[in-house]
Amino acid sequence: MSSSPSLNTWSDALSGFSIGWFPLGLVIVAVIPLVFIALYALTYGVYGERKISAFMQDRLGPMEVGFWGILQTLADILKLLQKEDIVPTAADKFLFVIGPGILFVGSFLAFAVLPFGPAFIGADLNVGLFYAVGIVAIEVVGILAAGWGSNNKWALYGAVRSVAQIVSYEIPASIALLCAAMMAGTLSMQQITVMQAGPNGFMHWFLFNNPIAWLPFLIYFISSLAETNRAPFDIPEAESELVAGYFTEYSGMKFAVIFLAEYGSMFMVSAIISIAFLGGWTSPLPNIGGLELNTMTSGPAWGAFWIIMKGFFFIFVQMWLRWTLPRLRVDQLMYLCWKVLTPFALISFVLTAVWEIYR
Amino acid sequence: MNQLTIAIIFYIFAAVTVLSAAFVVFSKNIIYSAFSLLFTFFGVAALYVFLSADFIAVTQVVVYVGGILVLLLFGVMFTNTIMQTGLKADVLHLVPGILLTLALIAGMLFTFYTTGNWMPGVMQLNGSVVESIGLETMSRYMLPFEMVSIVLLVALLGAAYLARYDKAQKK
Repeated sequence: MSSSPSLNTWSDALSGFSIGWFPLGLVIVAVIPLVFIALYALTYGVYGERKISAFMQDRLGPMEVGFWGILQTLADILKLLQKEDIVPTAADKFLFVIGPGILFVGSFLAFAVLPFGPAFIGADLNVGLFYAVGIVAIEVVGILAAGWGSNNKWALYGAVRSVAQIVSYEIPASIALLCAAMMAGTLSMQQITVMQAGPNGFMHWFLFNNPIAWLPFLIYFISSLAETNRAPFDIPEAESELVAGYFTEYSGMKFAVIFLAEYGSMFMVSAIISIAFLGGWTSPLPNIGGLELNTMTSGPAWGAFWIIMKGFFFIFVQMWLRWTLPRLRVDQLMYLCWKVLTPFALISFVLTAVWEIYR
Repeated sequence: MNQLTIAIIFYIFAAVTVLSAAFVVFSKNIIYSAFSLLFTFFGVAALYVFLSADFIAVTQVVVYVGGILVLLLFGVMFTNTIMQTGLKADVLHLVPGILLTLALIAGMLFTFYTTGNWMPGVMQLNGSVVESIGLETMSRYMLPFEMVSIVLLVALLGAAYLARYDKAQKK
């Protein structure tokens, strides 16, 4: 169960396992989220996004390869693997090559503190939430390296726009997450989740536990769209003006790595919003009298199921918004961040503090 | 994890920090220097983790990588002809340089060994580091904390004043 001392049992057991001096268990702990990102980006990320966008536009999407085009992504990956690894002549070779790598590492590092269920977390830091917010900074440097290294004006413009956007939207996002941290009284991702566990399922979640929690929730969701460069904030890769933004010059496997990083950070922000406001790996079902739905759907495996499902739900909303809302202009983007989201984030911060003191 | 593994990981991070810092200093291309600084900051953050200062480690990443390095890269990239100008990375004043370095190291070591009982610092922290930092900032270090926020506010006001839209100029 949730608050029993069996927290992190699987990852603790794994990290204690080593052959000689080589910490094999630690490597396995790191590999599990990596495999998860790859699998989810292949299936739900690429294939799911193409199908969902197709259905929203009344099309069929990929249909040729396999039943309902289910092998399309596999064919695409094979094609990407076979492509020639092109580095433009005028590009800065070193930065061009290292850019996608830094980008992916930056998006992958945050997975270290995402709890995949009560029994598995990469590292249960007591500054987990702060770490997850701060480590995005490395992604920013990767974007700049890719954009500058390409030696292409579209790429440079895309990179500068992207970085300006990520750095600005980090502020409302962090203040919104601070509200959740205040409600929990801790920054550890596992402890934040444990605070929201209980027999009444979703009624213990922070979103339903505080009359103002919907405001930081909404603010963080909007900012997370901007931080992952998703529509309607996809001006860094605005196809109609910048070709493809900072990855204009990339092809083959480097392009695939950039996409993997984007899908990685999409799941990362979705998981963070689920943990901060929607109870992470806790089950949404309440115990109704003798029918103990919550107890039945809790545990390590169910926890992994719930956190992944909540993450996938928010990724679905991100895809849904992409085909619903038009792209913002640069000045509208900055207006929204500094004059709308940041003041409201500060208001929600003060109101949450008052609520936490006097409730 | 046994001691050997920890030692190996420590030396990897130490090597990353020192080598990238050396590259920052000796590189003739300012862009490479700036990007190399990423690895230096990251390595220093990792070294903070080895000192059980995880809050400071994360703050290091947030402030230095997320703030200062990005600002630096922006500044470098907005400079025109950046790839053409070679930086001067020659050794100019060898003897005064060595003397100054030695004096600096000696001064630092002197402070290190005389003031502050840093060497036997194995005091165990009870509970979360974040909690104690918050309590100390809000109680014992309240005045310095507020002073810093006033300084930052003044800096912000000054920046806004310099960058604001000038009505008189437009007419």
